[in-house]
Amino acid sequence: MGRYVIRRLLQMIPVFVGATLLIFLMVNVMGDPVAGLCGDKECDPATAAQLRREFGLDKPVWQQYLTYMGNVFTGDFGTAFNGQKVTELMSTAFPVTIRLTVVAVLFEIVVGIALGVVTGLRRGRPVDTAVLVLTLVVISVPTFVTGLLLQLLLGVQWSWIRPSVSAEAPFGELIVPGLVLASVSLAYVTRLTRTSIAENRRADYVRTAIAKGLPRRRVVTRHLLRNSLIPVVTFIGTDVGALMGGAIVTERIFNIHGVGFQLYQGILRQNTQTVVGFVTVLVLVFLVANLLVDLLYAVLDPRIRYA
Amino acid sequence: MLLDVRDLRVEFRTRDGVAHAVNGVNLSVDAGETLAVLGESGSGKSVTAQAVMGILDSPPGRVTGGEILFKGRDLLGLKEEERRRIRGAEMAMIFQDALSSLNPVLTVGAQLAEMFTVHRGMSRKDARARAVELMDRVRIPAARERVDDYPHQFSGGMRQRIMIAMAMALEPSLIIADEPTTALDVTVQAQVMDLLAELQRELDMGLVLITHDLGVVADVADRIAVMYAGRIVESAPVHDLYKAPAHPYTRGLLASIPRLDQKGRELYAIKGLPPSLTDIPPGCPFNPRCPMVRDTPCRTEVPPLFEVAADRGSACFFWEECLHG
Repeated sequence: MGRYVIRRLLQMIPVFVGATLLIFLMVNVMGDPVAGLCGDKECDPATAAQLRREFGLDKPVWQQYLTYMGNVFTGDFGTAFNGQKVTELMSTAFPVTIRLTVVAVLFEIVVGIALGVVTGLRRGRPVDTAVLVLTLVVISVPTFVTGLLLQLLLGVQWSWIRPSVSAEAPFGELIVPGLVLASVSLAYVTRLTRTSIAENRRADYVRTAIAKGLPRRRVVTRHLLRNSLIPVVTFIGTDVGALMGGAIVTERIFNIHGVGFQLYQGILRQNTQTVVGFVTVLVLVFLVANLLVDLLYAVLDPRIRYA
Repeated sequence: MLLDVRDLRVEFRTRDGVAHAVNGVNLSVDAGETLAVLGESGSGKSVTAQAVMGILDSPPGRVTGGEILFKGRDLLGLKEEERRRIRGAEMAMIFQDALSSLNPVLTVGAQLAEMFTVHRGMSRKDARARAVELMDRVRIPAARERVDDYPHQFSGGMRQRIMIAMAMALEPSLIIADEPTTALDVTVQAQVMDLLAELQRELDMGLVLITHDLGVVADVADRIAVMYAGRIVESAPVHDLYKAPAHPYTRGLLASIPRLDQKGRELYAIKGLPPSLTDIPPGCPFNPRCPMVRDTPCRTEVPPLFEVAADRGSACFFWEECLHG
């Protein structure tokens, strides 16, 4: 197991370098980063050259990349053009997005798995059909429609929630945004669990568990669910990375100042340092999430042992 | 009488119609007795066992008639919760494929201990100690070290021993073994059968042995019930049946056993295929394949189980002819 983890960690290096290099190049091709600094007017050439030198933008791109990566590993993600440190932006944005992701993942786990188990055990019955149609609707409707609709209904019409989340973004205000963020994955988790449960329900070991005279509850939770959740856990694990970075739409709708919001602003204002910094961290989050999923897989299914 | 099944009927409602899997089966087993239920796949032997255990897939399976008397009580009249308490504790079942029948993600120790914690309310620690004892008892080497291993870490024979240990755990009075040795090597088969027979003697249990293997039957069974298309076609003490079968189907089965003195000759096979359970032929269900068939009554009337001798029955109109021919 230890050797497997080390091998996986080593494999992460080329992926990390490749992904960050790619984003670094793309942002550089995007346009002149200095151009945005002088407001709507065009920069005076002398000032522009001065700024370029100051930020090291006159050096070749590969050299810029190396300098940048060197700084990143000492914890310096650079400074945005407005003088704010990128790490400072991160320290306010990441906690908010992490809270949002936690809410979303909890929805996926609690609601998604519960619905999946209920429908999987009652395949073909009315409950099953109803939930199946509902998941199809949720999957088909884009997130911004669900988000805006819920914001309009719950926030504006009925005033059950605040239509936009305050700067501190406490858990209580993130429930509806979290549900919106989770909605599509929630539908997938439901379907995945349902299929898995329905498949394993007729498995021989479930029949054995029944023949042992175990109560139905125990048969389902201890024997059926444990086996059926293996694919679901994989899905939810990889989804954590996606949720962290993919909250752009949801964060925009509910005015949540998290990672998605900062990325959006960064792209809009051609703020190279912010975009590259945030994406670098997201790449890391994704890689770590995937590694954890693979390790969890071995815990859930003892037949998988990594050498 | 420990187990007395009377006129049991089981149906499966499928898209292709109603499959009559069990059509009026009578069986009885005493304490300490071994009854072999013999039949091809689809003859209803496993479904009968599942109905007795109360683990039929329902829907689509459904018991539509008859009685299952266990220690004098009709199990079919009990509530599910009462039946659950009997399952595993008073009657247990051993399945064919131990690898798929054991939970792959739980240790064998946990699966054994579960019997004690659930049925006897034992603490986990005590239950675990009992699990080790059980593994010792079915002669799994180094039981103490292997109690935390997973099913896939054992060989086929060892896994089946674990299944047996699980069935024996609460010392039930009846064990139903559904083809317990079919998935095993021949040498391992004998060991597993010996173990089963030994534990049966020790605990004075009734054993229902479901099989299609005539070789296994001859060694361990006291009585045989031969099933065909959801009915018992012949029921007899094992030696009587081998000496002189009283049903043409049984005779066909015995004739199709390969024998060393007939080496080089083509094996005998019963012609045709077993009937579809959604479409059982009228009259005797065996009539389309029977070498002794006559238009009447074989194709018009269902033969009842005729009494051939005390303790022996045959569902053939011409059993006398079969017995002496």
